[in-house]
Amino acid sequence: MLKFLRELEKVKGFFQLLLTNKMGVVGLSIFALFAIVALFAPFLHTVDPSKTGAVENILLPPCHQFWLGTDDLARDIWSQVIFGSRVSLVIGFLAAALTVLVGTLIGLMAGFYGGRIEEVLMRIVDFFMMLPMLPLMIVLAAILGPSIWNVIFVVSIVSWPTTARVIRSQVLSLKERAFVEASRCIGASDSLLIFGEILPNVVPLMFAEAVLMVTEAIYAEAVLAFLGLGDPTTVSWGMILHFAFESGTMSRAPWWVVPPVACICTLILGFTFLGTAVSDVLKPGYREIRGL
Amino acid sequence: MALKGFASFAIRKAIAAIITIFAIVCVNFLIFRMVPGDPIRMMFRDPRITAEQMQLVREKFGLDKPLWEQFNCYLTELFQGNLGISFWQKRPVLEVIADRIPQTLLLVVTALAIAVILGTILGAIAGWKTGTKIDSFILGISLTLYSVPTFCMGIIFLLIFAFQLAIFPLGGISTAASGLTGFGYWKDVLWHMFLPAISIVLWYGGEYVLLTRSSMQDASGQDYITTARAKGLKESAVLRNHALRNALLPVVTITGVNLAFAVAGIIEAETVFSWPGVGRLVYDAVMKRDYPLLQGTFLVFAVAVVLANLVVDLIYGYIDPRIKVGKSE
Amino acid sequence: MALLEVENLKIYYFTREGAVKAVDDVSFSVDRDETLGLIGESGCGKTTAVFAIMRFVAPPGRIVGGKIIFDGNDIITMSNEEIRLLRGKGIAMVFQAAQNALNPVMTVGKQITEVILEHERITKEESWERAKRQLELVGIGSERVKNYPHEFSGGMKQRVMIAIATACNPRLLILDEPVTGLDVIVQRQLLTLINKLRKELRLPIIFITHDLSVIAETCGKVAVMYAGKIVEQASTVSLYENPVHPYSQALIRAYPSIKGEKRGLKSIPGAPPRLINPPIGCRFHPRCPYAVNICREEEPIFRKKNGHLVACHSIK
Repeated sequence: MLKFLRELEKVKGFFQLLLTNKMGVVGLSIFALFAIVALFAPFLHTVDPSKTGAVENILLPPCHQFWLGTDDLARDIWSQVIFGSRVSLVIGFLAAALTVLVGTLIGLMAGFYGGRIEEVLMRIVDFFMMLPMLPLMIVLAAILGPSIWNVIFVVSIVSWPTTARVIRSQVLSLKERAFVEASRCIGASDSLLIFGEILPNVVPLMFAEAVLMVTEAIYAEAVLAFLGLGDPTTVSWGMILHFAFESGTMSRAPWWVVPPVACICTLILGFTFLGTAVSDVLKPGYREIRGL
Repeated sequence: MALKGFASFAIRKAIAAIITIFAIVCVNFLIFRMVPGDPIRMMFRDPRITAEQMQLVREKFGLDKPLWEQFNCYLTELFQGNLGISFWQKRPVLEVIADRIPQTLLLVVTALAIAVILGTILGAIAGWKTGTKIDSFILGISLTLYSVPTFCMGIIFLLIFAFQLAIFPLGGISTAASGLTGFGYWKDVLWHMFLPAISIVLWYGGEYVLLTRSSMQDASGQDYITTARAKGLKESAVLRNHALRNALLPVVTITGVNLAFAVAGIIEAETVFSWPGVGRLVYDAVMKRDYPLLQGTFLVFAVAVVLANLVVDLIYGYIDPRIKVGKSE
Repeated sequence: MALLEVENLKIYYFTREGAVKAVDDVSFSVDRDETLGLIGESGCGKTTAVFAIMRFVAPPGRIVGGKIIFDGNDIITMSNEEIRLLRGKGIAMVFQAAQNALNPVMTVGKQITEVILEHERITKEESWERAKRQLELVGIGSERVKNYPHEFSGGMKQRVMIAIATACNPRLLILDEPVTGLDVIVQRQLLTLINKLRKELRLPIIFITHDLSVIAETCGKVAVMYAGKIVEQASTVSLYENPVHPYSQALIRAYPSIKGEKRGLKSIPGAPPRLINPPIGCRFHPRCPYAVNICREEEPIFRKKNGHLVACHSIK
């Protein structure tokens, strides 16, 4: 219990530190904004985003009823954009969680056990990092069929190697530290060493990796959807762009493409800033440099 | 002796590349078989496919045989340059892709060269002047550009420069039926290439700014920089001969890994601007549900990245004296 | 007038917590044909003080007062161009034997010719000849001129550093812990080399170290630094035999005797103070066994005793 409280204190300290970083504040604000929008989507002047409308409502510019105008099937773009934030965030977070989970486990194993296990795992990691990610994701998504779960799976299976590599090198240095040696001397089991001593020390790194992975996943979802591999049962920003691009009427309706582009870029920028801030804050000596 | 060290280094790298390519071929084969249920049925969700074509492919890939024999068959076909038949174009996949490779190379080489040169220069300046206004400016711009996916950048460019201002073409590689030849034709191609190239440059260049900046920061804090200053060298000489030379080495190594990312930018830019290259082919294959073609493009991109990586590794081995004598990094 | 005169030098590091007084009112001088040893625990400000002679003080550090007169000119007020021309030619420096003091991607020959070509009007060919001579001077075969730093051992790299530093016949050589971190035999060889060069080139040297035995072998004169201040200056022999300042005494007692006398080694109790808020009065008083009231209130001034310059209240 005491240990848990101490950890909680650390987390609190970390966020306080993050708030002293300009990029961190901007990133967190952008994330908070989209999170609120996604959470309260039904109450934000929205209708069913996939409901088509009357012929006279096709490709309307922004007006009182349709805040961002309509598309070529007379669907409300405002509603599509608002609901689209849900898809981006859900995929972003779930894919990041899965990626970091798999990457951390493999990184821990490789770093802790070393030898043959490490060699085999790291060869696989190197191989994956050599593969062009987007084509691999496209092939997988095309074969598995379009669904949110497949997108999450595809993003994770392509991105875990980066995390595994980062975690492994951290574990390698942790393994040599005195406290791990000490635990080993008093006869701690491997699993206790890994999860009790080493894992808590890679948590900050996992967090930094997770932020990066959210960014990657949001981007991946947008591209896949834009290329026509999105889940047809939901509306996402990438899909709005896909429909606009395919319709051939994009030139007449800038209101159709500008909002989703703006949303994708802002959200990714927010997480990029957050990621930069987190890795800055986690750098050793950050407090000292800032005189905190 | 130095050459001997480099030669063994080069051979090691080449063998690794061959192994990687073989692994890619295996993955390519496995993905094809990973499909839940009957792969043939998945492949032929497209109702336009006729029964004969279905049978043809079934025989070609030997899908009714055991996995090992299938793999054997697949490898044999592959070595003969047979990547299957494109459903959409009704031609051999290899032929379809080969037709597109020159256009992609033109776009990629131009865009990446500009991106790497610009990005490295700006990143070096930012890293050398860490903490100054110039640094924050370059860093801010690069982080922002780096956050804009290439296809978003492309769509916005299309909207502004092609639709609204109409100063650039909507897409393609040249004006249809213009009858232009020689210099006029190439000028036309350049004009068409401008927007897709710039979309890639802005995104990929941002990546290089970030890379070079942090590498430069590392280098400029090293002891040999103080040594260089203690020699009384001019600041420009310290920067050029000491900081930059060391800072660029890690940038060169990462260039190999980065090429795998660059493929994404190519696919996105070619798609948005209908550039008739391999990247656009990926999109068309997805839209037409042309699986053999999709598989083929993946194979070509993956192998291209491995080969480009090999080249980068060899260049690195040549410019870093620590590798020439055969010591590990 | 001495070759180098440092007067009342003050260097502060301005941090958020306040000014760290890394070097506080330090004065010393080096004559032509003289070797000065600067000794003290790590963090006492000795490196900062000599870095200032090369004007290597970078923000958040700043020279806030004092003079550094080299050959009649004040280094502190020089233009950037003047100080650049002085570096490598007038004053040369060898740094602690660190892994990366030499540029890893440049041949050692290039790194030697670089400094010669910067300061002298000679052709490239001549500079390469000079580089070879320099390598032989420091005991490395001239055939290794095209080798890269990673092909040398730690001691050899330090020899190359010395070759670079002496390439333009500087008028003053600063050695900042040049043998620290090397094994004992290599240290011995390097010190022999340094002594040989000092005699052959009649080179004035400032030698920074925390190792008393090193000072004993190379320097005629010693200044002992503690917490940003010099506490005692004397000839080396005299300091060894009759240290006056309690800190010097403690320092010498903390080392095994070079003459092999049997006496107990004693460590100094306590730790050096943080320089952000140094103790009022004499900075050594919290660790000094002889401290009395005045030591806690007033800063001691320098007084002469037995030919030593000592800042201690115990001297009347």
